[in-house]
Amino acid sequence: MFEIFGIPSQALFSQLLIGLINGSFYALLSLGLAVIFGMLNIINFTHGAQYMLGAFAAFLLLQYTGIGYWPALIVAPVLVGLIGMAIERTMLQWLYKLDHLYGLLLTFGLALIIEGLARNYYGSAGLPYQMPEALVGGYDLGFMRLPIYRAWVIVASLTVCLATWFVIERTRLGAYLRAATENPALVRAFGINVPRMITFTYGFGVALAAFAGVMAAPIYNVSPQMGSSLIIVVFAVVVIGGMGSIMGAIVTGFGLGVIEGLTKVFFPEASNTVIFVIMAIVLLVRPAGLFGRRA
Amino acid sequence: MEQSVAAATVTPPVSSSSRNWSEPLAFAIMVAALAIAPLYIYPMFLMQALCFALFACAFNLLIGYGGLLSFGHALYFGWASYLAAHSAKVWGFPPELAILTGTLTAAVLGLVAGSLAIRRQGIYFAMITLALAQMMFFFALQMKFTGGEDGIQAVPRGRLFGLIDLADTFNMYVTVLLIFLAGFLLIYRIIHSPFGEVLKAIRENEPRAISLGYKTDRYKLLAFVLSATLAGLAGSTKAIVLQIASLTDVDWPMSGEVVLMALVGGLGTVFGPVAGAFVIIAMQTYLAQVGQWVTVIQGAIFVICVLLFRRGIIGELAAYLRIKL
Repeated sequence: MFEIFGIPSQALFSQLLIGLINGSFYALLSLGLAVIFGMLNIINFTHGAQYMLGAFAAFLLLQYTGIGYWPALIVAPVLVGLIGMAIERTMLQWLYKLDHLYGLLLTFGLALIIEGLARNYYGSAGLPYQMPEALVGGYDLGFMRLPIYRAWVIVASLTVCLATWFVIERTRLGAYLRAATENPALVRAFGINVPRMITFTYGFGVALAAFAGVMAAPIYNVSPQMGSSLIIVVFAVVVIGGMGSIMGAIVTGFGLGVIEGLTKVFFPEASNTVIFVIMAIVLLVRPAGLFGRRA
Repeated sequence: MEQSVAAATVTPPVSSSSRNWSEPLAFAIMVAALAIAPLYIYPMFLMQALCFALFACAFNLLIGYGGLLSFGHALYFGWASYLAAHSAKVWGFPPELAILTGTLTAAVLGLVAGSLAIRRQGIYFAMITLALAQMMFFFALQMKFTGGEDGIQAVPRGRLFGLIDLADTFNMYVTVLLIFLAGFLLIYRIIHSPFGEVLKAIRENEPRAISLGYKTDRYKLLAFVLSATLAGLAGSTKAIVLQIASLTDVDWPMSGEVVLMALVGGLGTVFGPVAGAFVIIAMQTYLAQVGQWVTVIQGAIFVICVLLFRRGIIGELAAYLRIKL
């Protein structure tokens, strides 16, 4: 066992791994927020609650229908995404012409409702979710033990993030989407059904959050408040990265996760606050955010 | 792109003459109601509601007139409450100095947080204020003097100016009422001052205000500091009245609650936040039996207000009566 800066490498690498895991969730969630904001001009405060709903959906699917982890990875995001689309059709669509802040207030209210209901029926204590058998155990890398499940989370979320980036930046569908973000009226004039595109975009962003929730379920317990503290950190991540760039959201998410993990090793007292401190510094030095365009 | 809050919420055009009487009349009714209220209503409830009414008015100064949505006002309320409680209990400050200490703390915090937050506009502003408040929540959780999960309990009310015993409920009520009215009148004065007019101009169209030569950042920062300071005054008073400062006061649900109070009462109305605070505090007090459902109900009120009821109670009333409130 060797040491780096007086810290045992085992501790350092395991915190680094935890940092990457958290970073995966930051990246998936801030990506979803950025996609939704681009199309709807709404900051989706319900995002944390929808992440929690994803975990709960996986838990309930296993409990009542016996559907396991692997199908739940697809089924839960689809279900939560459909709920999201229903929310968009019934409520959010009336707010596009108003000030941004009404979208924030409405989605904040929805988050309170969803979290309150979950707490009423399942209590505040976490519910355990079994890890799938194929991913139990770990590899011994010599300098550290790598639990297979954690490696899977990082690989899976990185894949989903990059696939999302590819679809938006490199395909025809993505081109429509980007065009509709810039000028919805013109895109509509070309015969593309923009309102339907908006609905699907919201559903997709929400599904990303639910996907993160399903992946989080075996690591953290499934609990009603798992999303509310996370979403505030993700807001800080979004302020740091700026919402103008998809790749920016991914890089910032993973990067800040790693920094947070390292802080836990070197200066544990600050691990809760380091992302907010970085946000304050970024605001002083580069007010538009690392990847942001000045409005 | 930055449409104003008020453009969607505020009352329809009003003849200029109505302005002269409706607000003072409503003020007189409010003072009279608050003067006789303790005869009929539990005074502790009234005092708590008054503290939150001042808090909501302070918050409304920023969003209703500056168009800036702060989602982190619990920071100033809660930290002022901690400092007032600590200085009264540990340092043995008399109540007036304890409240002053808390209020000044909020002013300093408002200056620091405000100068960071105004560097971004619109939706980012809300996220930054929320994130900064969450950071200070973690500090409150970790620092020794705040008492962590227990908070600071059994804060002495003391004697005001060394003379008036605030342990007496009547004395305490009058003191809280006077503090509330002073804060309320100050906010009223700010709104109707030239400074307030510039603030409204920035809310309506910031680029145009800049082109007219106003240094809008300074106006926004001053509004932010004023709002934080008055929120601190409310928080300090609350610490003395309820004799407790706790983590609830600095946590994010508190920031959401004050938004809800202002929204229910009517954003950008003078009396709305007061009405909203009384409604929400009454709801919490009388629905305490249903426990967890309070969160769900609050969420539902948010949704209903935003979808159907954007002017709020007082805003709707003012629109119906065609007066300014």
